Amino acid sequence: MSGGGLIDVRGVKRSFRVKQGLFAAARHVAAIDDVSFAVAPGDVLGIVGESGCGKSTLARVILGLLPPTAGEVLVDGRRIAQMDRRERARLIQPVFQDPFSSLNPRRRVRDIVAMPLDAQGDRAGAEVARRVDAMLERVGLSAAQGQRYPAELSGGQRQRVAIARALVLEPRIVVCDEPTSALDVSVQAQILNLLAELRRDLGLTYLFISHNLAVVEHVATEVAVMYLGRIVERRETAALFGAPAHPYTKALLASVLTPEPGLGIPDTGLGDTMPDPSNVPPGCRFHPRCPVAIAACRSQAPALTRVVGGQAECHLVAS
Amino acid sequence: MTRLLEVEDLEVGFGDVSAVRGASLAIERGETHCLVGESGCGKSVTALAIMGLLARNATRRAARLSFDGQDLRGLDERGMSRLRGDRMAMIFQEPMTSLNPAYTVGSQMAEVMLRHRGGTRAAAMARAEDLLGRVRITSPGMRLGQYPHQLSGGLRQRVMIAMALMCEPELLIADEPTTALDVTVQAQILRLLLDLQRDLGLAILLITHDLGVVARVAHRVSVMYAGEVVESAPVEALFAHPTHPYTSGLLGCVPVPGKVARGAPLGSIAGVVPRLGPEFRGCGFRDRCAHAAPACAQTIARRAAGPRHDYLCRLEPGLAGDAR
Repeated sequence: MSGGGLIDVRGVKRSFRVKQGLFAAARHVAAIDDVSFAVAPGDVLGIVGESGCGKSTLARVILGLLPPTAGEVLVDGRRIAQMDRRERARLIQPVFQDPFSSLNPRRRVRDIVAMPLDAQGDRAGAEVARRVDAMLERVGLSAAQGQRYPAELSGGQRQRVAIARALVLEPRIVVCDEPTSALDVSVQAQILNLLAELRRDLGLTYLFISHNLAVVEHVATEVAVMYLGRIVERRETAALFGAPAHPYTKALLASVLTPEPGLGIPDTGLGDTMPDPSNVPPGCRFHPRCPVAIAACRSQAPALTRVVGGQAECHLVAS
Repeated sequence: MTRLLEVEDLEVGFGDVSAVRGASLAIERGETHCLVGESGCGKSVTALAIMGLLARNATRRAARLSFDGQDLRGLDERGMSRLRGDRMAMIFQEPMTSLNPAYTVGSQMAEVMLRHRGGTRAAAMARAEDLLGRVRITSPGMRLGQYPHQLSGGLRQRVMIAMALMCEPELLIADEPTTALDVTVQAQILRLLLDLQRDLGLAILLITHDLGVVARVAHRVSVMYAGEVVESAPVEALFAHPTHPYTSGLLGCVPVPGKVARGAPLGSIAGVVPRLGPEFRGCGFRDRCAHAAPACAQTIARRAAGPRHDYLCRLEPGLAGDAR
């Protein structure tokens, strides 16, 4: 599963030191625990999971914003840790969840979009202005909106600014961390359509992190399901949504409330215990919540097993 | 059925902005009524106006605002605070900001009971423990002594629900109660609310922007846009025959696994929700509507689209809904 990808994540671990209380001994919390995957050029890898499962930490490691504790991330065949910031910025760019806090409130929209070009330092002013104009138009913002400040724009328009800023350097990869979670549904649809159009026209590769499975199903070509720092299932989108293999994936999919009246609220079967990343259970880390756990799940960590269109980590998945 | 809450022609203004412009809704006992709409449509302001919790600079007017036959318009702050927490209760989106971080779960819950019903602190604590068990919090006795920061988001929201139920209210207003939660926890909390509703005969006014939640829990739905209820219908009728162009547009924006072709663009509504002043006339949606015509600037009459199904648009039923 490694090698040949535009993004190649190999055995990445990332832990944080956490101290609870003044005199308590520091503990290590593994936010990501041995994650490996590759993303082919032009693909969209959706990453789903509950809050605290490590999906945003994974995004930050791949962006090179956070060094991994172990393992390595290769982008376009080269280690991201060894690239300098400018080089990294030309290759991979983020779009974050909250367009209210990710844009500098004291700068005009066009200056925000020009910033990555200015930071590269090798372009003339006229060239920068030309590319900013083209980019603003590309994401559906007018020249007049380019003169405004972020506070004068709506949430959807601000997210367009964030996308323009991410794309102005013509990167090959965009890491979208919950790009539409803060937006209303009508605006969410506009932004998802824009991202799909840009990917098609510019040949982009996306890492698309979301807790909204319906959105992931719509945009991703492949989906990774994270639970307590590990990828427990990774499948082609149609295979995952058609026949989920891991019990956790099944529970997640069952929890999606589609707008269909009369179906009621599903029972997830997950029980009331919540996962605690500082106290990972032995064996399969999902077993305390798993409705179908067997004896082996309590003591033995499950191995990665091949299933149609991908792989899953579960004792009950037949190879 | 008797109507527990009746709101007619509610108007709420903040200076020169009209947040609610003539909204009407009625809730029957034991019914779940969903108020759905996008940010800024006036749904939360409507709830706060009903509860008498509007900010001081707000103005509230209504042709009718009654709870179980009692007119709320003439009630002073003391009268309202006797009702709030007792016969009508409210839960909010972010439980961390609604719970007091300096008091234990138990003492906050007991206070509701002591304030409205009196009795001993021990009795109130026993009631709190009983309710924490009912909202399926494990080891409720231990939780009574914990502080809000020691609980997870899902647990906090359960505490909020249990606290709202302390005095057995007849009406529960829930403003985006599951929006901050994971989908798995959301499903658990919604199941819990529906179970409690069945057991206690609770009427619920559920405010949400999530059409998935609406479809699964509502008996009746009111769609708000720019301060008006643009369509109101039983849940099946609303999803089967959306009649206002905004309702059908909104339904088209939602990706449905297995229903919407992947790769195909989602339906979307261009533009943003407008802020309207008191002088505004006509349809608030006309700037974003594909069916807009000069007649839309006139005052629009409410029309019937079916039994208990009405909408606010100049078009005949079936003309606007075909956008989907």
